[in-house]
Amino acid sequence: MAVCEGKTFKFNNASIISFASVVGKVESDGPYGDEFDEVVEDNKGGAETWEQAEAQLQSKAFKHALSKANLTPEKTDLIFAGDLLNQCTGSSYGLKEFYIPFLGIYGACSTFAEALLLAGAMVNAGYVDNCGAVTSSHFSSAERQFRFPLNYGGVRTPTAQWTATAAGAAIVAPASKPPYIRAATVGKIQDMGISDLNNMGAAMAGAAYDTLSRHFKHMGTHPESYDLIITGDLGEVGSELLYDLFKRDGIALQKWHKDCGLMLYDREKQDVHAGGSGCGCSASMMCGHFLKRVQSGDLKRILYSATGALMSPTMVQQGGNIPGISHAVEICFN
Amino acid sequence: MNISNQEYGELAKRRSPATPMYKTLPMAFVVGGLICCLGEGLLNMYGALGLSDETAGAWTSVTLIFLSALLTGLKLYDRIAQHAGAGTLVPITGFANSVVSPALEFKSEGFVLGLGAKMFVIAGPVIVYGISASVLYGIIYYLITLFQR
Repeated sequence: MAVCEGKTFKFNNASIISFASVVGKVESDGPYGDEFDEVVEDNKGGAETWEQAEAQLQSKAFKHALSKANLTPEKTDLIFAGDLLNQCTGSSYGLKEFYIPFLGIYGACSTFAEALLLAGAMVNAGYVDNCGAVTSSHFSSAERQFRFPLNYGGVRTPTAQWTATAAGAAIVAPASKPPYIRAATVGKIQDMGISDLNNMGAAMAGAAYDTLSRHFKHMGTHPESYDLIITGDLGEVGSELLYDLFKRDGIALQKWHKDCGLMLYDREKQDVHAGGSGCGCSASMMCGHFLKRVQSGDLKRILYSATGALMSPTMVQQGGNIPGISHAVEICFN
Repeated sequence: MNISNQEYGELAKRRSPATPMYKTLPMAFVVGGLICCLGEGLLNMYGALGLSDETAGAWTSVTLIFLSALLTGLKLYDRIAQHAGAGTLVPITGFANSVVSPALEFKSEGFVLGLGAKMFVIAGPVIVYGISASVLYGIIYYLITLFQR
């Protein structure tokens, strides 16, 4: 059967000129806690509700990114932003104060890669002089929308993941300095037949495999062409499954692979089960850690493939599966 | 994809760690047992205060429900439950927690559409099917006694 191959976009004129991250208390206690721009010690951050707190996270992250780029909202042409909440609440309420042309997007936990990809494309095409890419997630707002009330004494299974309280923001502009966005591959909706709400990693691993494989093929590269291949939040189960899938092609991906969900928390000490997740998970790890390393030249070429579980609680209750998606963005020092 | 969903499902099953029951079962047994011991102690205490068996039983339930609601409000119940699992979920205290926690959580949407509407979001099905089952049981019991006369 012929299968749609899609296209890998190549960019020659897109730089990430600034990036910033804001995280919650639990995330700041993780191994990369001191790399983020701001820590919101109280998870409500002075707001009255969790949704308002998440909106504030986005607004804070975006403000940091703007000031690092020496930009003002009046001079910012466009923002792509998204989060996990219904109606993209975190984004639309968090970014309304800036009064910048806004396109809300949803790709579950893959949203930051989707935003970077779209921002890169709009800048590279010359439609805008600069473009923001912002995403957030908040443990408490996600819990109440997707799972149980915070103080309910239910126990999570070992395969469950912990939604990160974090936001990341990046500003993309025409190529001037590293990190450069060099290429991107849009993911396909991949239904692997997984229907367990507590096993998102398994639902997403197939999508990551498909997008990464197509990216390698279109670019004529292989895993060793990159310093690192970074997935969003496959967690422990999803990462193992990704290795299994690549092993069938004779590739030992674990040599180059890092997963933001496995890095954001100290899984020995912090009770996050299979790892972190949420739009803010890979956004904060990219903006707090990896982009800095590409900027300094410590990493020359990375492939960032954020992964999202396109989970609808309604569809799952109706007996449906959880489709996954993963978008890849290639980021280079040169 | 070059793998069938069935084949992938088997891989996923193999890679997904199971709940460590050697740890969770004894914890649930011990904590659940302790809550029952506490109930028994309360029952004896209320009995010693001169209450009838039936009234002492009601007071015991009320006290356990109060303690669970208080601990839920203090954000302690879910912490204990992280270790105790079914030990805190199954007794009457778990039921109280399942009503109080959504009430607290959804208070932000107002007392009517938030707290009032969402309070029984977890306990609701238990109440519906619990009452339905007891009605059904009552009818069956009635029919049996009809034939016995």
